[in-house]
Amino acid sequence: MKALIALEDGTIFEGESFTGPGETTGEIVFNTGMTGYQEVLTDPSYKGQIVTMTYPLIGNYGVNQQDMESYAIHVEAFLIKEYHALPSNFRSTGNLADLLKKYNVLGIQGIDTRALTRHIRLGGAMKAVVSTEDLDPRSLIAKAKNSPGLESRDLVREVTCSTPYGWKDDRPAPGTHFSTAGPGAFKVIALDYGLKYNQLRLLAARNCAVQVVPSTASAEDILAMNPDGIFLSNGPGDPATLHGVVETVRNLLGKKPIFGICLGHQLLGLAFGGTTYKLKFGHRGINQPVKDLLTGKIEITSQNHGYCVDLQSLNKDEVELTHINLNDSSLEGMRHKKFPAFSVQYHPENAPGPHDSLYLFDRFIEAMK
Amino acid sequence: MPKRTDIKKILIIGSGPIIISQACEFDYSGTQAVKALKEEGYEVILINSNPATIMTDPEIADRTYIEPITPEMVCKIIEKERPDALLPTLGGQTGLNTAIKVAETGILDKYGIELLGANIDVIKKAEGRDSFREAMYKIGLKVPESAIVHTIQAARDAAEKIGFPVIVRPSFTLGGTGGGVAYNSQELESLCKSGLDLSLNNEVMIERSLLGWKEYELEVMRDRNDNVVIICSMENMDAMGVHTGDSITVAPAQTLSDIEYQLMRNASMAIMREIGVETGGSNVQFAVNPDNGELMVIEMNPRVSRSSALASKATGFPIAKIAAKLAVGYTLDEIPNDITKETYAAFEPTIDYCVVKIPRWTFEKFPEAEDILTTAMKSVGETMAIGRTFKEAFQKGLRSLEIGCAGFGAGPKFNFSSMDQRDLELKLKIPNSQRVFAIYEGLIRGMAIERLYQLTAIDPWFLVNLRQIVDTEKEIRKIGFSGLDRDFLRKIKQYGFSDQQIAYLTGTSQEDIWELREKMGQKPVYKLVDTCAAEFEAFTPYYYSTYEVEDESRPTTRRKIMILGGGPNRIGQGIEFDYCCVHASFALKEMGIESIMVNSNPETVSTDYDTSDKLYFEPLTREDVLHIIEKEKPDGVIVQFGGQTPLNLAVPLAKMNVPIIGTSPDSIDRAEDRERFQKFLQKLNLIQPANGTARTTEHALRIAQEIGYPVVVRPSYVLGGRAMRIVYNEKNLKEYMTTAIDVSSEHPILIDKFLKEAIEIDVDAISDGENTIIGGIMQHIEEAGIHSGDSACVLPPNSLSPGLIEQIKEATRAMAKELKVIGLMNIQYAVKDKILYVLEVNPRASRTIPFVSKATGVPLAKLATKVMMGKKLPELGLTREVEISHYAVKEAVFPFDRFDNVDTLLGPEMKSTGEVMGMDESLGLAFAKSQFAAGQPIPLQGTVLFSMRGDDKAVILPVARKLRDLGFHIIGTRGTAAFLSSNGVPCDRINKISEGRPHILDKIQDHKIQWIVNTSRGTRTTEDSYTIRRAALNYHLPYTTTTAGAEFMAMAIDTLKQQTMEVKAVQEYFTGKTGK
Repeated sequence: MKALIALEDGTIFEGESFTGPGETTGEIVFNTGMTGYQEVLTDPSYKGQIVTMTYPLIGNYGVNQQDMESYAIHVEAFLIKEYHALPSNFRSTGNLADLLKKYNVLGIQGIDTRALTRHIRLGGAMKAVVSTEDLDPRSLIAKAKNSPGLESRDLVREVTCSTPYGWKDDRPAPGTHFSTAGPGAFKVIALDYGLKYNQLRLLAARNCAVQVVPSTASAEDILAMNPDGIFLSNGPGDPATLHGVVETVRNLLGKKPIFGICLGHQLLGLAFGGTTYKLKFGHRGINQPVKDLLTGKIEITSQNHGYCVDLQSLNKDEVELTHINLNDSSLEGMRHKKFPAFSVQYHPENAPGPHDSLYLFDRFIEAMK
Repeated sequence: MPKRTDIKKILIIGSGPIIISQACEFDYSGTQAVKALKEEGYEVILINSNPATIMTDPEIADRTYIEPITPEMVCKIIEKERPDALLPTLGGQTGLNTAIKVAETGILDKYGIELLGANIDVIKKAEGRDSFREAMYKIGLKVPESAIVHTIQAARDAAEKIGFPVIVRPSFTLGGTGGGVAYNSQELESLCKSGLDLSLNNEVMIERSLLGWKEYELEVMRDRNDNVVIICSMENMDAMGVHTGDSITVAPAQTLSDIEYQLMRNASMAIMREIGVETGGSNVQFAVNPDNGELMVIEMNPRVSRSSALASKATGFPIAKIAAKLAVGYTLDEIPNDITKETYAAFEPTIDYCVVKIPRWTFEKFPEAEDILTTAMKSVGETMAIGRTFKEAFQKGLRSLEIGCAGFGAGPKFNFSSMDQRDLELKLKIPNSQRVFAIYEGLIRGMAIERLYQLTAIDPWFLVNLRQIVDTEKEIRKIGFSGLDRDFLRKIKQYGFSDQQIAYLTGTSQEDIWELREKMGQKPVYKLVDTCAAEFEAFTPYYYSTYEVEDESRPTTRRKIMILGGGPNRIGQGIEFDYCCVHASFALKEMGIESIMVNSNPETVSTDYDTSDKLYFEPLTREDVLHIIEKEKPDGVIVQFGGQTPLNLAVPLAKMNVPIIGTSPDSIDRAEDRERFQKFLQKLNLIQPANGTARTTEHALRIAQEIGYPVVVRPSYVLGGRAMRIVYNEKNLKEYMTTAIDVSSEHPILIDKFLKEAIEIDVDAISDGENTIIGGIMQHIEEAGIHSGDSACVLPPNSLSPGLIEQIKEATRAMAKELKVIGLMNIQYAVKDKILYVLEVNPRASRTIPFVSKATGVPLAKLATKVMMGKKLPELGLTREVEISHYAVKEAVFPFDRFDNVDTLLGPEMKSTGEVMGMDESLGLAFAKSQFAAGQPIPLQGTVLFSMRGDDKAVILPVARKLRDLGFHIIGTRGTAAFLSSNGVPCDRINKISEGRPHILDKIQDHKIQWIVNTSRGTRTTEDSYTIRRAALNYHLPYTTTTAGAEFMAMAIDTLKQQTMEVKAVQEYFTGKTGK
């Protein structure tokens, strides 16, 4: 089934749907990982985005329950070069098309994804529409232009959990959990802005009782549960629109150890009094080099962000730079000099990506001790 | 951390001659590393015995020793040069093993020389099976259950415990030499016997067989700050049980999810740290159980390797160059990424295409050897292809192989359609060089993927992709030419179908398909290899073709020349031709002309993105090359450097009005076409051996009758003496005509009078159309009848009269003039009874160009390129022949130890894979060096066995006498012993094997014989003499199969008894001489 992708700058790409008919809009971005498509699809940070993979062969190893990083697929549409319908892997329980169809997400193949990637690199991430229903380029370009995009949208509200839950037996468990926490366990509140399950998995593996709460939870409610530490998760969209959430983080500062990842890091930056800006086309992939300025060591990291904390906006007397991106020297990590609060822009929980940065979870544990 | 300033002079050990499992990838890596170190201001000293390498060009290293790579010679260089450090990780297993032995002499400690990259402990930990296994257990990784044994009994016990089948792996050998799979105790015994012999420390490992497990490789780099990155993952299409070098390999890994890939990545990093590789690159191999993902570590190589070269070409990340910089102290975040310029080497390349490497085998050269692939590598070369899909890359790779298939099926060759199902399944089950074509036939027959997987253990993902190709083929057949619309045409091009395949399937011609595509606007685009999947702008023009929307090629308006490379290495066409192509590129750079390289061989220097201004990694077929020409519109195309591959394209390209520069295609044809060549020689009053062309057996017999036996027979238009034989009588000729070849009117047989016991001479010359200069005259050591590529030869000639040399020069000049040669020319002459015969004229670069250039200091290929660009030789400073006051001896190196049941006798069909050079003022020492370099040690005392055929007995008499005078004990088989004894050389008789014990084999096994001289006419493997030769090979005993070779050996022994071999750098030979 023929499909067209129209970008707001008037460019058209052609492909064919491998998931049936549909039409959707979003911000178009690329991801350079050669593995991990299922984790990408189910990462809530991609809410509102149409993702293209630069690696051309997708679907090879199928899909499985274990690699779901959240309860659903969040990308708006998935654009690839060649879809492989007959997967081969001992963990595979189904094929990618069926998973996409289950969540009603368009999968398009046959695209010159390298051309598309180059286009995004040069023109920046932009609004786009994907359709099998409307094949009139002019109409589609208009739709792309008129689509909402990411700017000034509260996407966190769309992906955060509605009720608190925890992590038990390697899966989400509804309800509250601190009361049943084992002896010596660290009680961690995870603010869900669109978190990935592997964050919970890694905390649980470090003897943490995790209580996930919606992004709307107030500082008072959180502190009332008397956690040992607070975890700020990743999530979609523009952090600058999330005034209420930033206020909550500010109110938590200095009260309990805080560890932030990705959007959580940006929110912390805003709470520190800094500002954020939008990167031209973002960092999305699993090969981004980051230098830990404390140890001088390099870690290869998993990244997925379109916004960034402005290095210059931070008060150097209060905030210390801890990590820097080796490709473009952008800010990758920071910590507060007075308060026990630190964060990284990248994804130490990987899934997908290298396991080089797991030590950050250990640092969080140390901070809670 | 900045580079180290406490070291100034670094010694690098090369890998020596091209052999199976150690080919020109080490020249690629080594050249890159030497350049990188020089760039940093270090003084680089190099040893490598292989003259056909770019790294031994005098301007690459500061001091270059073309000397045997033996611990003794390396020590001599150390004594002389006193380097501060030794970098042992660039010369493959040879370099590593030599470094260990050098270190064991204590010389490194004596002079305080540091080993860079990996020290002795690291090397031993990684290479010793036992220590490696211990290390893996320590970090919680699994290795296949195994036992290290030193005796056959222990091997038996171990195999009982582990259970058959077991893998036998000798320690410290290359490419798994001597290893294999044993299914029963009998096989175990024979494998262990050879394995124990081959292992450097008399050690083999008996290992649990992981047959059918999936095989992966990761290329890892580490800097002195303990930063570790993965450069590339690779998945072998062939499962465990087939050596990686013999596997079809795909990059990146295709069937691993992220979790599994990261586990492998973690394991690689842990291994790197535990083994302790301080800086540089390593290669780690894994096996994965397809049923449950269980991960086993197979091995790690703490050095650059064939795989690292492939990974470099597959990703664009220059591993050897970066490894060299890490070795001198830089860290990954300090080294810029050449391709993106804005990022650093501290990252992991990500690619947005699929890479397929396919090995090339030459079983046809060794018909006695069984075509079976095991854990010992047998392929002699490989191609790499890049596509946006596996299907596209796979089909491009197959047509790059140049074995007569235009892709996956859809052609007349390798057709198994008449094979019955049982045989086909056998061909699928037992890995062999033609297995992919058996898979093709299986798919055509509709065999289920499951069944194919059961038989081949090839992951279903690959099989499904192959089925898609076959299904598409069926569709093309059904639709036919008239049904080829724009969309369908595009789809099948995206699946990698070549015009030739489409033409075959639709009963049309390549030209028809080309025309149709032209009409429908279906042409390929070119995309960049950029290490980063387009995330950053790329500055290095390294391209591959595909059928997509956007074209990234950027043709310039500069003056530009395209060089067509040689494709995959094979016997007869290898590194020597790549050397010439690279020199063409260098020459163009010197002239300020843009160079565009086209080649499909990932092992070479020519496919380094640094070598030319532009690199197109593409198959060398008419279609693929024409597309690039259409895009780039070069001012000229050079076809005379890459061997037969580009030469075969000369006529088809010329027909499309492509400007071929240098000698005209018509002149090439005049030299190749039998009848035209005859007229050409007659015109110049030159003589060739009596000859004729036959199209039927009867005709052949008549011709042979006329010119008289023995005759040399061969099919027309072949390279490397394929199917060439010397035939001594009518019966043999009949046999040859009916069994060895298919004769037809299209493929006639050439018959030449065989000049018995003639001296053969090779001449390389360069001409600008007006002036011809002889580059070198090489006298073969072996008599005519042995392929020139397999003969040892001496430059300058050692026994030709000045008059004859003058006659050769005159003839050469006359032929160059008549053929209007512009560029290089090679001529083979034979001299018999003082008559000069012309055997062959090739108006192109020859295999000996690098040897001659190194021996004389004149860069012939570079000069030839400039001549092709219109320069005259006097302008280039070449006005007369260069006379040298030393001797250079070329010796060939053979792969006989890789193939069971193959005779080591030399003949008109070329069998060598590589060559070495020995240089010295003394002819005896030059020859001796060539022998040591080729791995044939020269005994200075002990027992020599002579077993000569009839006529050779008299010829060998003076040799035997000389050896007796030198103190050797002479023994001989019955006839030879009787002859020598009755002619005054006391000779003890020894039993042939058929004559009862104790016989020759017993003596060999007891190490009672130090050298064997054996000549024989017959090549039947049932003969005694064959068994002797094979035993000599297996026991690493020096053996000589020609009388001329024996004479030289005796001379070398004589010289070595009086003088020792000393080292001298190439630069010292030519100080103050021309050769710009």
